[in-house]
Amino acid sequence: MVGNFVGVLFDGIAYGSLLFVISIGLSVTMGLMNFVNLAHGAFAMLGGYACVMLMTRAGVPFLVTLPVAFVVAAAAGIVLERTLYQRLYRAPHLDQVMFSIGLVFMAVAATTYFFGPSQQPVRLPEVLRGQVQVLGLGLGAYRIFLIAVVAVVTVALHLLLVKTRFGAQVRASVDNAVASAGLGINVNRVFGVTFALGSGLAGLGGGLGIDVLGLDPTFPLKYMVYFLLVVAIGGAGTIKGGLVAAMILGICDVAGKYYVPQVGSFIIYFLMVLLMILFPAGLYGRRV
Amino acid sequence: MSTAAPAATPGTVRAHRLPTDRWRPLEIAFWLVALAAFFVFPQHRVLGSQILITALFALSLDLILGYAGIVSLGHAAYFGMGAYAAGILAVHGWGEPLSGLVVAGAAGAIVGFATSFLVVRGSDLARLMVTLGIGLMLFEAANQLPSITGGADGLSGVSMGKLFGLFSFDLTGTTAYLYSLGVLFVLFVVLRRLVASPFGLALRGVRENVKRMPAIGAPVARRLIAIYTVSAAVAGVAGGLIAQTTQFVGLDVFGFPRSADLMIMLVLGGTGRLYGGLVGAAAFMLAHHWLSDLNPIYWQFWLGLLLVVVVLFARGGILGAIDDIVGRVRKTRT
Repeated sequence: MVGNFVGVLFDGIAYGSLLFVISIGLSVTMGLMNFVNLAHGAFAMLGGYACVMLMTRAGVPFLVTLPVAFVVAAAAGIVLERTLYQRLYRAPHLDQVMFSIGLVFMAVAATTYFFGPSQQPVRLPEVLRGQVQVLGLGLGAYRIFLIAVVAVVTVALHLLLVKTRFGAQVRASVDNAVASAGLGINVNRVFGVTFALGSGLAGLGGGLGIDVLGLDPTFPLKYMVYFLLVVAIGGAGTIKGGLVAAMILGICDVAGKYYVPQVGSFIIYFLMVLLMILFPAGLYGRRV
Repeated sequence: MSTAAPAATPGTVRAHRLPTDRWRPLEIAFWLVALAAFFVFPQHRVLGSQILITALFALSLDLILGYAGIVSLGHAAYFGMGAYAAGILAVHGWGEPLSGLVVAGAAGAIVGFATSFLVVRGSDLARLMVTLGIGLMLFEAANQLPSITGGADGLSGVSMGKLFGLFSFDLTGTTAYLYSLGVLFVLFVVLRRLVASPFGLALRGVRENVKRMPAIGAPVARRLIAIYTVSAAVAGVAGGLIAQTTQFVGLDVFGFPRSADLMIMLVLGGTGRLYGGLVGAAAFMLAHHWLSDLNPIYWQFWLGLLLVVVVLFARGGILGAIDDIVGRVRKTRT
């Protein structure tokens, strides 16, 4: 019983880590540009497909494809940001929602056209398969790897935001874009780089998540709610909030599906409405 | 989102439209076209009734989105409540259509009123999430209660009685078309009056500046709850119509795609003008009917592209664009 519980907790944390790495970019774009971007999952899907195509068509090993997924998604992010997203930063939220839903539809249709509607396979390297015995508990090796990668990413992000000049510029722009621009920060460039970074992390998450979340053309629609939830519950623009929210979501979802499978996804939606009522601006949000 | 009012020339006061305002010739023509379609395309009456029902549904979203500025991604929740209410009633032997429709509207209104308290508070993002969550919760609930809703197989065995005891629902959609048109028209007249009333003006005030409304003594939350409930009731009636005319209720009535498509139609047609929803629904459904025959995946791609283009270049949708053109033509004439 206790073993079960620890196992569920562990799986939940691994799941939450994945949600965190995909959603953190969305959290930053929402906090920084106040842009409701429903198409964020499309960048994750792009990263995932980049991984799969490199593995199946070029025979590149899984671990090498992950950085490529990051780069591909980041490149797509910066191109779209410069050409399209940028025009809508000051538009009403409704326009942003419609625009990004349009992008999602196009991404879903284009992916189906090129790669077909089926689930994509992933071949994990030998090291990451099977289970590892830790203190008498069998834990999935891949999940341990996931948590480790996300821990490294989180620490790196934290250092980037807290210790570097660029990080200071990002934080200043989140707090007050107008005043930051007045102080000589190139807010526009900060937006662009941050968007690319966020998209890249989503791509990395998409690649990492093939084994856990699956990968098919409807990916951006299927998980849209989860990514939005991390941001909405955590509060836009905070790393800490996103991390806490992703963990709560991951653990509740896995525990709900394990202990009360008959209610299905009901728990997560209920939790979402409840948390949105209690914390309209998110757990760590600053704006209402 | 809102179209700029033409600048008033000095000396003339632009009379504010009061509820007594007349029906313009173009409006009358619009409804005559809807009636004429019944005779001109007798083989497409089933599709026609679907368009009319979707138009009613789009009208309900326009009330909260176009007039009160509430962005909702879960309006199918109320449509689905109405559909299941009417469907379940008919399955259990109550086949009289009009009273079934009243029950459907009531079901939508009750759930709408209960959830409105959750929706009206909070920012755009919170509203988006809460409406999305309500829709998904009802979808899951319907999915998990197969004894009542038929679950994933859908609710079958819906048998409708005759309308007014005279006209039965058949496969040609003759009754369905006129029935839907009648319901749509009656509700439209009521809602047209509603949005022109002081209540409707208060809603527009909330949309334009939510902070200033309390200062002039308008109870913002109460106004929003009222319109949200009305909107949910209309959505419920639309759901009831779909259940009665197709004599089947599937889980997709609660689905997220239905809410998203609805919003797309409304934005495509133009928000905050009642006719936008009707025009948008007709354009969307006709395009869907013809294009998805080619390939459903292409349809989704073109729809996505259309959305991006509309948002970037044609704010205000079809009717907004027409207004724009008419305005320019008039300007060059004077």
